[in-house]
Amino acid sequence: MSEEFPPVTDAEPDLAVEITGLKKAFGQLEVLKGIDLSVRRGDVVCIIGPSGSGKSTLLRCVNLLEEPTAGRIVVNGTELTDPDVDIDAARTRIGMVFQGFNLFSHLNVLNNLTVAQRQVLRRSPEDAQRTALRNLERVGLSEKVNAMPAQLSGGQQQRAAIARALSMDPSVMLFDEPTSALDPELVGDVLGVMRQLADEGMTMLVVTHEMQFAREVADRVLFMDGGYVVEEGPAAQVIGDPQHERTRSFLARVLNPTHQGTDD
Amino acid sequence: MAMSKRRRAIAFRRAQYALLIVLVLLIAFLADWGEIKQAFFDVETAKKMFPTVVTTALLNTVVYSAFGFAIGLGLGLLLALMKLSPVAPWRWIATVYIEFFRGVPALLVFVALSVAVPLAFGLKFEINSTAGLALGIVGSAYIGETIRAGIQAVPQGQIEAARSLGMSHGRTLVTVVIPQAFRIILPPLTNELIMLIKDSSLISVVGLTAAEYELTKLGRETLSRSPSLTPLLIAGLCYLIITLPLGHLSRYLERQTGGKKLSTPESTGV
Repeated sequence: MSEEFPPVTDAEPDLAVEITGLKKAFGQLEVLKGIDLSVRRGDVVCIIGPSGSGKSTLLRCVNLLEEPTAGRIVVNGTELTDPDVDIDAARTRIGMVFQGFNLFSHLNVLNNLTVAQRQVLRRSPEDAQRTALRNLERVGLSEKVNAMPAQLSGGQQQRAAIARALSMDPSVMLFDEPTSALDPELVGDVLGVMRQLADEGMTMLVVTHEMQFAREVADRVLFMDGGYVVEEGPAAQVIGDPQHERTRSFLARVLNPTHQGTDD
Repeated sequence: MAMSKRRRAIAFRRAQYALLIVLVLLIAFLADWGEIKQAFFDVETAKKMFPTVVTTALLNTVVYSAFGFAIGLGLGLLLALMKLSPVAPWRWIATVYIEFFRGVPALLVFVALSVAVPLAFGLKFEINSTAGLALGIVGSAYIGETIRAGIQAVPQGQIEAARSLGMSHGRTLVTVVIPQAFRIILPPLTNELIMLIKDSSLISVVGLTAAEYELTKLGRETLSRSPSLTPLLIAGLCYLIITLPLGHLSRYLERQTGGKKLSTPESTGV
């Protein structure tokens, strides 16, 4: 297996992520039924939709945590679906943040942030630590360098997880429902960090139920249902003035959960 | 005369205490204490066993067990990885090995290794190797299953996080999965170490020179020249000296590695 990293060309392609004809089936169950999606460098794309619509699967296909059944995925100009591509090397440039944080529970915060830098990127311990501390500061957790994950609140764990992903210097960040497992009063901190990242120009794909965040931060919003992208466009349009009936009924249910929608 | 449920429970508990007291008194009065002292606590016999019981027998027991556990851990890890391998024949081999050595008495393995194998292959094993190998071979069957269970108990999210950071499958195993698996299996692994230490007594069926005696062999040897069972009691106490602290050590390590208080959240600086 080759240990090279994908070539970082001076003129990075204008498209950070390019997905064509993506299909994914788990056995008989087809979860993604043909997705086309392009994300420009620096764009923030939020993916919304009911549970089971395939939005998390789509996100997990972008770094090949899920192997697509068909289709082509190109990230930073590297075709990940090409079997000859070193997927481990490609993943170092795609940060991922999970719903369940997934900090390494046996390592303290600093080691969580440095272990992959040292082992995968072969950075010196000093460089790795410097990068880690810089990113911890970015997420406002400088005082927690030595804490174990179990000692942190959910919001702190998620911010540490974001800092861990950032420490690899990714060019794309994937967020898979990053605030869904958090107590309501902790959601704001995490969204704040994500907002700041977006302002700094990070390319982000965010699966989320936070409509307010999507509306304010996203350049584009995708509404998915039943394995298809039903509607996509500027945030204000998809959330503020949805064109499809399914988008409308979903938003009605999400934005006004106590009021029973017309269908189901 | 109807008692409430709670009163009945209280009365029943008191009756049990009364029964225990009666039993203890009965034993205290009926037992021939002089005879018991003679049989189990003969100071003269006990004195004769020191210091050999510590310098030779206890030491050898520890050495044989340590060899055995080292081999058992190595082989066990290998078996666990084989059982989880996507290559089916590896899984079959590991399954057959584990089923076989879990199913046959450890004594047979000791006899086979000390007699049959050296004879068949023209080998001459050191006693350390015989004991270590036999204990390791039998122990690895149990340890392998425990490690496999531990590896499977590591949450999938930990593996996904490692892979998403660009770690290869093998790197993820070494850096994330195995350390966490061992933390999970520390209590059952301690049990297996204790079993293994006790199984080291089986080496006593093999011809040992005096310098190679471990606790059970020394106990039985002294017993044959003594009017009392004291040597066995001494040997038994020596086993407890090793095994009891292990249980405490395991609980301590569990708190250290699994507990929430590994380093104080206040401690800053790097």
